Amino acid sequence: MSPIVELKDVRKSFGDLEVLKGVTFDVNRGEVAAIIGQSGSGKSTALRCMDRLETIQGGSMLICGHELHDDDVDLKSLRRDVGIVFQSYNLFPHLTVAQNIMLAPRMVKGMKQRQAREIADTVIAKVGLREKMDCYPEQLSGGQQQRVAIARSLAMEPKLMLFDEVTSALDPQLTGEVLRVMEQLAADGMTMILVTHEMAFARKVADRVIYMRDGKVHEMGSSDILRTPATPELAAFVSESAEH
Amino acid sequence: MNSAYTFSLLQGLWATVVLSMLTFLFGGLVGFIVGLARTSPTWVISRGAAAYIEIMQGLPLLVLMGLCFYGPSILGYDSLSPLPAATFALTLYSSAYLGEIWRGCIRAVARPQWEAAECLGLNRWQRMRAVILPQALRIAIPPTVGFMVQIVKNTSIASLVVGYAELSYNAKIINNATFEPFLYFGIAALMYFAICYPLSVQSRALERKLNVANR
Repeated sequence: MSPIVELKDVRKSFGDLEVLKGVTFDVNRGEVAAIIGQSGSGKSTALRCMDRLETIQGGSMLICGHELHDDDVDLKSLRRDVGIVFQSYNLFPHLTVAQNIMLAPRMVKGMKQRQAREIADTVIAKVGLREKMDCYPEQLSGGQQQRVAIARSLAMEPKLMLFDEVTSALDPQLTGEVLRVMEQLAADGMTMILVTHEMAFARKVADRVIYMRDGKVHEMGSSDILRTPATPELAAFVSESAEH
Repeated sequence: MNSAYTFSLLQGLWATVVLSMLTFLFGGLVGFIVGLARTSPTWVISRGAAAYIEIMQGLPLLVLMGLCFYGPSILGYDSLSPLPAATFALTLYSSAYLGEIWRGCIRAVARPQWEAAECLGLNRWQRMRAVILPQALRIAIPPTVGFMVQIVKNTSIASLVVGYAELSYNAKIINNATFEPFLYFGIAALMYFAICYPLSVQSRALERKLNVANR
């Protein structure tokens, strides 16, 4: 199976601060990869680079066939292939749920209202919020907003979904409903990369766990490495996480 | 107080309203472009807009009026008549302020909104139109209405330089004939107040209303 995501020695600095110090890993089609690590380990930056919200300064990055280290990369088609969901949902507050979801299919893919509505109906059903189509984001709970944000990304039929700590802003009760949606997506065969603090979820759903530390991949493997870490640093991180 | 004077003041009031409306229209249009240019990622454009704003804000409106009125004839062109000259000067003046106000409003829409739209594949103009401007508009209404009050009052400067017969100008002429400044300037003041006060009230009401919705 060929990798859909390939990072080789990726480097990124903000001013003098080097955040990514040579990150290398692959993700295959249909795989779920969980990136874990302490705050400041560079995991969110790595994810943002994959959608080119940040540009990389060294190494190479291949995402769904797009060479992100190339200045001439076709951003429009990259963003058709890649969906991203943020910690803070970032729904458009002046639009209803339906309008949020239909905006990109209509503007970017040039779909007619009816066609876009059909897609919206499909993706909103996937996240179980059919009855909220005409609500504004402020009328929804955080968990519901995050599910709408997932649906909004799915409407563009991406080949790869990125999740940037999508449950970190949620109460524990609301976390579950978002994780269930993501688990279903994974079961449907979506390729997913998630930056997460949810160890139990990573253990259950991830095919591949990438432990980042100090701007590098410190340990990587199947989710078994969370049970039997090879390095003392990951062992310490896992036991710390378990205490929370 | 006779009816001819009252009529003259009402004519002046009308002229003030006309000049104010023209200024809102043209100042708003130019200001919108200046505001967009100010937020442009292209250095030359944003710097150019910033320079325009700095120059226009650094000149007294009185001087701008003089330049617009006398400038063309000094340069050998036909001179502008009072209303176009005053409109031109007020447009330069108000577009700089409105551009700066609206730049702030565009910037005030959270950065993540911009990123979310970007990641969905919307191009720069689509992001502006569908995501940023509708949200910036809500923020912009109170300060914009507030600035409109300034414009209404500043139209009186047109009487000093270009001799446009608006409210202050007519009040001055009547006073020259009657020597009753308290009466006629008083009436003029009430007329200004009658335009500006509703705008101010509206501005404050909008601010309260929109602040509640500020998320």
